[in-house]
Amino acid sequence: MAGPVRVSMTVNGTQQSADVEPRLLLVHFLRETLGLTGTHVGCDTSNCGACTVHLNGEAVKSCTLLAAQADGAEITTIEGMGQEGALHPLQEAFWEHHGLQCGYCTPGMIMASADLLSRNPHPTEGEVREALAGNLCRCTGYHNIVKAVLAAAEA
Amino acid sequence: MTATVAEPWVGRPIKRKEDPRLIMGRARYVDDINVTGQLWATFVRSPEAHAKILSIDTSAAREYPGVRAVFTGHDLDLAAPLPMAWVPPGIEVNNPPHWALAKDEVHHVGDPVALVIGDDRYAVVDAAAQVFVDYDPLPVVTDVEAALTDGSPLVHEELGTNRCHEWSLGGGDLEAGFAAADVIVERRVVNHRTAGGAIEPRGVLADYRAGALTLTSSTQVPHFLRLFLALQLGISEDRVRAIAPEVGGGFGSKLQIYGEEIALAWASRKLERPIKWIETRSEGLLTTHHGRDQVAYVRVGATRDGKITAFHTKIIADLGAYLMLLTPTIPSLGAFVMSGVYDIPAVQTDIVGVFTNKISTDAIRGAGRPEATHMIEVCIDQLAAELGMDRLELRRRNFIDPASFPHETAIGVVYDSGNYAGALDKLLEHFDADAERAAAPAGKLRGIGYSTYTEICGLAPSRVTGPSGFGLQTGLWESAMVRVHITGAVTVYTGTSPHGQGLETTMAQIVADKLGTSPENVEVIHGDTATGPQGLGTYGSRSTAVGGESVARATDKVADKARRIVAHQLEAAVDDIEVIGGRFAVKGSPDKGMTIGEIAGAAYIPENLPEDMEPGLEELAFYDPSNFVFPFGAHACVVDVDPETGNVDVVRYVAVDDCGPAINPKLIAGQVHGGIVHAIGQALFEQIHYNEDGQLVTGTFADYALPSAADVPSFELDRTETPSPVNSLGVKGVGEAGTIAATPAVLNAVVDALRPLGVGYMNMPLSSMRIWETIQEAKS
Amino acid sequence: MIPAEFDYVAPGSLDEALTALREGGEDAKVLAGGHSLIPLMKLRLAAPSLLVDLRRLDELRGVSRADGVLRFGALTRHHEVATGGYGLISAAAATIADQQVRNMGTIGGTIAHGDSASDMPAVLLAHEGSVVLRGPGGEREVAAADFFQDYLTTDVGEDEILTEVRFPALEGYGFGYEKFNRRQEDWAMVAVSALVKKGGDGTCADVRIGLTHMGSTPLRATAAEDALRGRPLNADTIADAASHAADGTQPPSDLNATQDYKRHLARVLTRRALTAASQ
Repeated sequence: MAGPVRVSMTVNGTQQSADVEPRLLLVHFLRETLGLTGTHVGCDTSNCGACTVHLNGEAVKSCTLLAAQADGAEITTIEGMGQEGALHPLQEAFWEHHGLQCGYCTPGMIMASADLLSRNPHPTEGEVREALAGNLCRCTGYHNIVKAVLAAAEA
Repeated sequence: MTATVAEPWVGRPIKRKEDPRLIMGRARYVDDINVTGQLWATFVRSPEAHAKILSIDTSAAREYPGVRAVFTGHDLDLAAPLPMAWVPPGIEVNNPPHWALAKDEVHHVGDPVALVIGDDRYAVVDAAAQVFVDYDPLPVVTDVEAALTDGSPLVHEELGTNRCHEWSLGGGDLEAGFAAADVIVERRVVNHRTAGGAIEPRGVLADYRAGALTLTSSTQVPHFLRLFLALQLGISEDRVRAIAPEVGGGFGSKLQIYGEEIALAWASRKLERPIKWIETRSEGLLTTHHGRDQVAYVRVGATRDGKITAFHTKIIADLGAYLMLLTPTIPSLGAFVMSGVYDIPAVQTDIVGVFTNKISTDAIRGAGRPEATHMIEVCIDQLAAELGMDRLELRRRNFIDPASFPHETAIGVVYDSGNYAGALDKLLEHFDADAERAAAPAGKLRGIGYSTYTEICGLAPSRVTGPSGFGLQTGLWESAMVRVHITGAVTVYTGTSPHGQGLETTMAQIVADKLGTSPENVEVIHGDTATGPQGLGTYGSRSTAVGGESVARATDKVADKARRIVAHQLEAAVDDIEVIGGRFAVKGSPDKGMTIGEIAGAAYIPENLPEDMEPGLEELAFYDPSNFVFPFGAHACVVDVDPETGNVDVVRYVAVDDCGPAINPKLIAGQVHGGIVHAIGQALFEQIHYNEDGQLVTGTFADYALPSAADVPSFELDRTETPSPVNSLGVKGVGEAGTIAATPAVLNAVVDALRPLGVGYMNMPLSSMRIWETIQEAKS
Repeated sequence: MIPAEFDYVAPGSLDEALTALREGGEDAKVLAGGHSLIPLMKLRLAAPSLLVDLRRLDELRGVSRADGVLRFGALTRHHEVATGGYGLISAAAATIADQQVRNMGTIGGTIAHGDSASDMPAVLLAHEGSVVLRGPGGEREVAAADFFQDYLTTDVGEDEILTEVRFPALEGYGFGYEKFNRRQEDWAMVAVSALVKKGGDGTCADVRIGLTHMGSTPLRATAAEDALRGRPLNADTIADAASHAADGTQPPSDLNATQDYKRHLARVLTRRALTAASQ
């Protein structure tokens, strides 16, 4: 077996370190090493975006990153976005506007939307749709997701 | 009068109760659950589409560090092959054995041949690469029509044919109908193979210990799963618990008893360890059942003035290599509504099911009805063009008269209620075709398509669908238990198994009104065979029309008992007690009443109950519907086609749907949005494609193209509300309606756009290249 | 999907990285953003024995402009390229996959990977740009025309690291980028990069056309360029030039696009890109 590598990163504000296999994907580090199961895996090919987290404030697909690549980084997952009673505006908006059904793509959608709003606080509908091109949802037809992101931008 | 009549919860677009855990990332899907001592499993799958297995060398894999066991097909001493639930009376159905692990021969790429179990999720994948299988390739057939020709390679040599079964349903005098026709239109209508595409891949966690099995699976049907686990493994059903935890979408693809579920359960018993398997997406596209895949030869006859006289379709259904749970039944489900919303005196559907070297087809969102609706709605447009008649006028001339409901169609199916012209009128309030055409951008061909549809759902009246009727080896009732706790909090147990539909909210709304409480105080529990009553799962747009009705009936029983308690305590007549202002109160004296909490207190501290009344406040109800329900609607689609590239943009989509009185309009809209995009995906992008060698060409989400937000527009929706007489809520289903309605609207729009170029018809998928090629053919 | 096992280092300097790469032998691979390589490794279509991660090499980040040349450090991410206002280069980078991929993927990575279906190689070729390769023997600059050799094969030696991508700052050129794909996040079925310099008399003083996914490498549409160069720029001459865009090409075909269709797309997209570039 290949020798382990030491990775340290800040995840949702908490410093985390572990010795991991070099091939350990960031998404598995988050889900299995740290137990943060809100980040999901939906494909093998970086298409679905269910695994989207923030790396140093920007949305990335954690199934296409090695944990080792995130060494020294600040990671935010869906668990770091809001808490019961203090939801993030995007979480509130997804809830209010029925922007989710089965919920599997939802964490990735929220993280990708947060990336958009940090760059472009008042996007048009077209800009929202383009920004979410890397996140697939089978349930909602996107209508209410787009509505939720636009509402969160005005919140 | 002090109490006011509270606005009922049913009908309100309230936020969903299930959302907080989902938006915070706190839900628990199968892969989020781990058990102490758990091992990991992976499957070795055939790279050959058809081959004899000469030998399997597992020795290197067994010795791989951390590997605990490697099993092959002959190791699994199961009582029976995987189940298929349809035995139609009088019909011969060839059903070759389909084992959880292939024994001597593989029949499609992805057929599992070995199961590798070890300590580590990553290491078992490495070990699986060390399983060496010697295959002797056999001839392959992937084209369904080629498979029916003489001399075709046989998927199952021992059957001597690729024909699985033939099944017909008809009514009226077809010959006379076509004889009376001035015009007959014939089309070959292809409905290509698609994948369910739930974003959560399948997963199984099997945990056998001390004689009892707990199996957690990403399934739509935990109760069926428990039954078949018991039968396959020879464990008494009472010692099998099946759990559908949070499930990340299904769309029919998780309405199945999969070999992975059975194999993991078997291995967990063998090794006495919990074992988990999580499907990868590329594995799922190979092995999670597909949908559609029909070639139909459709004939429709009409008089010159546009009265349809006969409709005949011959469906050649590609079933894939094996019959899974409902594989051969799917095309038949479409036959029940083959005449759509039209009053056609003679209708006949003839189906032939065919084996090919591909994974099985089975139920995918709509399951047979999208194919049927596509056939008739596309052919109505074709007929209108042939007659030189306006497409909507032709539809109106043939709509079933709203005064004739319940309406028995030519084939003897009774549509419960409908007003198809009403839905179309409402659609046209939102949609001005002339204005749409006038707004076409330069350089684009604008097309408009319509679909006026009905479908059959609310599965199902068991006397119709059961063993002596249609032939399903099951009832299709639903059950519910409603428990009021001493505090007045309510727990509802449903046998349905929602996975995104929002039933925790809609069922709570139904219960809240009947008990004078709020949905906040009503928790809906589902998806665990150990916690609730029995049930049959979520599919076929049945969960509200059948499951919701069973909840309503159980709640009515609770309310009846509550009324008797209140009448007793307040010394009033039972018939005078009504739910008003959040209380069970005496008619005319609304200040005289009790809340459900006070009633529950009286029921659980039984000092003053009517004589002979049992303490407690909970009730169970089973409900088997008397008929199906038939939602309907009218959709319009506007597309812009780039005649140079063949690219299609769906620029506007308006839909009017009728699923009876709304329980939660917000959730209905969500179901319709998702259904429409599912259909747009099929019409434009999505296609499961196998090459001649039986290799899957579209094996990842990079190739199998689900639409993204950037590829579809927002939608404009409206509803009409025509109650169903079948259930007390008046509701019909809506989970599949969008998918059933939308592919013909898109196709009709594209053909409409291409007519100026001389294109009169084409089949899906409406890919840019196929449109370009069709234009070139029309030019030459 | 899980990659096969490999060893991993993230050196602190370019020299250390070169040493690690050399010692790793022929199965060692350089890792930049990883958005081409890691998906291949997960599907086990690639199985390097060692990954040399460049992430700590800040010297490979950033964009500079001097002597009429735009120099992109190899680790400059697509997002930075897309939003930097670099004309055609930015226009093309903005269409790569999706935002998450653009946040990780790098210009050096995509050029070194050399996928003819990717956006940036043909853009580099149209610019007549170059790449800088560092190896044990020092640094060399290779013109784009010589760099892309075959399907996923470039002139990067086993012991070399691509450190910089250089684009001549083409002053006075208009540009057009036309990409055709099924879905926004998909690779190009065909894409066309066009750069046009208008002469004072309204004629085409110079034209460069890059073709994406029309061969095993990115291509120049030289017949189309030759047909337009020196001629007046109008709809007719552009259409005439565009009709030669696919001359001599043998594009890879797949389920969604036959060779004929791709050649047709190349002609249509070339006309559109030239029209935009001539405005």
